[in-house]
Amino acid sequence: MSDREKPEKDQPSTTQPPAGISRRGFLKGAGITAAGTALLDGVQAFSREAACAVRSDVKELGPNPFPVTLRINDQERTLQIEPRTTLADALRIQLSMTGTKISCDRGVCSSCTVWLDKMPVNSCMMLAIDAVGHHVTTIEGISAGDELHPVQAAFVRHDAMQCGFCTPGMVMSCAALLEKNPQPSEADVRYAVSGNLCRCATYPKVFAATLDAASQLTHKT
Amino acid sequence: MATEIQHPLGAAVLSAVADTPAAATKTVSVPVGIPGYTLHEEQRIVPDTEPPVLPVNKDLEYIGKSLERWDGQAKVTGRARYTADVQLPGMLYARFVNAPIPHARVVSIDTTAAESHPGVKGVHVIESLLGAAVLRDPSLERTQYPIVRYAGQPVAAVAATTPQAAEEAAAKVKVKYEALPFVVDADLARKPNAPLVFPGAADQAGTAGGGGSAKGIPQTGNIHGPAVHKQGDAEQGFKEADVVVDARYTTQVQTHSALETHGVVADWKPELLTVYASTQGTASVREELAGFFRLPKSQVRVITEFMGGGFGAKFGAGNPGVVAATLSRKTGAPVRLMLDRQEEHLSVGNRPSSDQQLRIGAKKDGTITAIQLISFGTAGCGTGAGCSGPAANLYKWASLHVEENDVFINAGPAAAFRAPGHPQGAFALEQSIDELAARLNMDLLDLRDRIDENPVRRVQRQIIRKSALWKSRNPRSNADPGPVKRGVGLSQSVWYRHLTMNSAAEVRVHKDGSVEVLSAVQDIGSGIKTVLAQILAEQFGVPPAKVSVKIGDTNYPVGPNSGGSVTTASITPAVRDAAWQAAQKFLASVAPALRAAPSDLTLKGGMVCSASGKFQAIPFRQAAAKMNTDEVSAQAKRLPDYDPSKYDTYGGVDVAEVAVDTETGRIHVKRVLAVHDCGRPINPGQVISQINGGVIQGISYTLFEHRLLDPNYGLMVNANLDKYKIAGAYEVPEIEVQLTESYIGQSSTDASGIGEAAGIISAGAAIGNAFYNATGVRIRQLPMTPAVVLAALNQPQPSMEAL
Repeated sequence: MSDREKPEKDQPSTTQPPAGISRRGFLKGAGITAAGTALLDGVQAFSREAACAVRSDVKELGPNPFPVTLRINDQERTLQIEPRTTLADALRIQLSMTGTKISCDRGVCSSCTVWLDKMPVNSCMMLAIDAVGHHVTTIEGISAGDELHPVQAAFVRHDAMQCGFCTPGMVMSCAALLEKNPQPSEADVRYAVSGNLCRCATYPKVFAATLDAASQLTHKT
Repeated sequence: MATEIQHPLGAAVLSAVADTPAAATKTVSVPVGIPGYTLHEEQRIVPDTEPPVLPVNKDLEYIGKSLERWDGQAKVTGRARYTADVQLPGMLYARFVNAPIPHARVVSIDTTAAESHPGVKGVHVIESLLGAAVLRDPSLERTQYPIVRYAGQPVAAVAATTPQAAEEAAAKVKVKYEALPFVVDADLARKPNAPLVFPGAADQAGTAGGGGSAKGIPQTGNIHGPAVHKQGDAEQGFKEADVVVDARYTTQVQTHSALETHGVVADWKPELLTVYASTQGTASVREELAGFFRLPKSQVRVITEFMGGGFGAKFGAGNPGVVAATLSRKTGAPVRLMLDRQEEHLSVGNRPSSDQQLRIGAKKDGTITAIQLISFGTAGCGTGAGCSGPAANLYKWASLHVEENDVFINAGPAAAFRAPGHPQGAFALEQSIDELAARLNMDLLDLRDRIDENPVRRVQRQIIRKSALWKSRNPRSNADPGPVKRGVGLSQSVWYRHLTMNSAAEVRVHKDGSVEVLSAVQDIGSGIKTVLAQILAEQFGVPPAKVSVKIGDTNYPVGPNSGGSVTTASITPAVRDAAWQAAQKFLASVAPALRAAPSDLTLKGGMVCSASGKFQAIPFRQAAAKMNTDEVSAQAKRLPDYDPSKYDTYGGVDVAEVAVDTETGRIHVKRVLAVHDCGRPINPGQVISQINGGVIQGISYTLFEHRLLDPNYGLMVNANLDKYKIAGAYEVPEIEVQLTESYIGQSSTDASGIGEAAGIISAGAAIGNAFYNATGVRIRQLPMTPAVVLAALNQPQPSMEAL
């Protein structure tokens, strides 16, 4: 364990969290994409993290791999991870769920967007152990069986993709937007994907597809 | 003629046309021109084996329709497997060890600590580097390890059981460097006493996407040039001119920044090297690996099922390819080597900068008497910074004088980047043409009508003239009184009809009525899978979604590398020909069961019909069950254009509306009207997607992107996507795309690509001209950051008197 990761000295020793708590709190907050009302959610995430930090029953883990159970797409998945394993790597490498992409690996491009309890987060900026106790939803999990999620279907209808590498992240951000705001404006969609980079720059059709998906959902309900 | 200028890809096209065997021919009537404007019929003499001429799009069922992307569902569900997603049993993860300084001699490399790191299975020290320019006289530099010429240059690599172990071990490779003097500023590098990047003349070969330089160019110090093109007497031309516009333009280095980084998974087996590559050219990767390892091509297989963007930088195996293959051979296990984002910025390509002095001389009526372009640009430790394409090929001129110079600096080598040289060249040329119009007191479009001979752009300008956006333009510049000023400007673009004759496909028809197409061609995101499905659908009358498209694998017939907008123009005629021939074989195969002569049968609109009316038409699928064999197949390769003398260029005209905040220096691009030509659009929706992308990428280049090198340390200071700003959702204007469907009667599909012409060429000049319209000030420097804008606005403006 490096010095950097050691807890701050001025923290009360009785509620001493395991090493890395403050860092993972940071990671988790920073891992939130710009999607939807992410800023507000970010604050909530930090407060949840703070609540978690005062628990005294947390044991120290690592550096060797240890088993954790993650709830992914409504399934319990147990895997061996090192503490430093990001959620993105756990999904992609350990679970072979490669729909989630890594592009910048620094929380800038949002290719790795997944939902943590329906909140879009950058999985490259989040440690896998921090997903314990949460519902993780990935691109593989948002469609109902063979039926595409309305946002996925709209992306296909509008050709809202080119090379497709950013597409899973885009879909996750747009679908999360509709969960919170079923009738978004174009400005809302732009805000929702303002953290999602697309180098093919297929944005206009992403906006159109998401608005179309929203109107279809509204008509259904 | 302007088109006589040799373009990097031009030579390949011409030589490929020359080697065709003579064959039986027939004369056919083909549609030529633009429906609604210039459509007419022309005669072509074509090989006997060619399928019937396709009518214009409106008379077709599947071709010309904006059908769903064939692999759209795979992409939205995450099922699409990219190279970065490939996992093989026992696969190792590799990391490069990269040089931390920009210029050095490697004294020694100690790999012992790395080799004993837990999880490490192999370490490789690089002794032969790809990508950069190479010395003409290698004896000038006899070293065991390649000289480090840029920070981030790979020196060694480690393969381990986990990415983390590889990263840790890479840090344990001890490399001793002897630092050498370096230069990362192109202006300083041109000075006589500048540190030398190469001890002698050096050249970089181009790729399938263009770039690189011609052989035998002179070199003085770091200046590789000039490459001189002269036609006519420019000196005389300027004497005869009534008006001369003369200006300097500068543009920055842009990095490709594809979201999937460069990389491969290499699996070396004694009998076969299999490589999954994120590439624009399965053929180019196989070529380079076979050459590097002296393997027969038949023992190298390259697979690219999906790839996450390339934009010109992903040709050949490159250093990641040969190093991963080497490590796989060493360790006996498959090795994955994907670059990280920083490496992607530093070591695998960029668009060169430019510093152009452009002079244009013209008569009072607009006729151009002379164009002179003297350019310097840096492609790092590579070459390919020429940018004369637009100046040479967009307008008619009486004389041309071009001198292009590459300036070596200690930075990563450039690579072809979407329309190599053209965004830079058009940024200068199209602003100077606007300036010329102002000096001549001519309307911007009238002047272009006078000097631009391309018939398609003539129609495109008519469309622009009638557009609400152009009509909303105030011809008077700087007309808005407030601090935020609105302006509208335009720019034209040019690209070329490049082809790759190494384009072949096989089409199979099965007894169950299923059809499939196989070719090594790869889909780089432009949607060629969909296009091929549409061609088969049109032939067999089955919906494109039911067609199997198997591409991106060198096990299939050779496909074109996707660069220079060649893919559609090259592969679609081969696929249509193969489909047609397979259909004929299919009819012959069902003829006995139908008790008909094959010549009596046709396959039209999904129905097998008897010309003599011997039986009622039956559906294709039902007929297929009557095949006398389980499968029929046909393979076809690209035939030469029907009339290569009618070689043509492609282009477009783009209009941009900007709002310039003269207080903050921010430019907002509000609206863009993009009018473009790609021959017959096979899937207009996908073409529009590409043009949207080209326009936005062009805006990104114009306003934001800038590779910044620290002159003190020679390091890139913004080698990620947070500090290297590319356009995002907030920077996207309202874009209207208008396709000019145009026919030139050159192949069995008469289709072409759009990648290069799609907006990126003209965005800079269109925004520059709109900026002038808004403010009355010329901005001749990219990127137009707020600081650059404010500096331009505060500069005293030379008076631009009309003639």
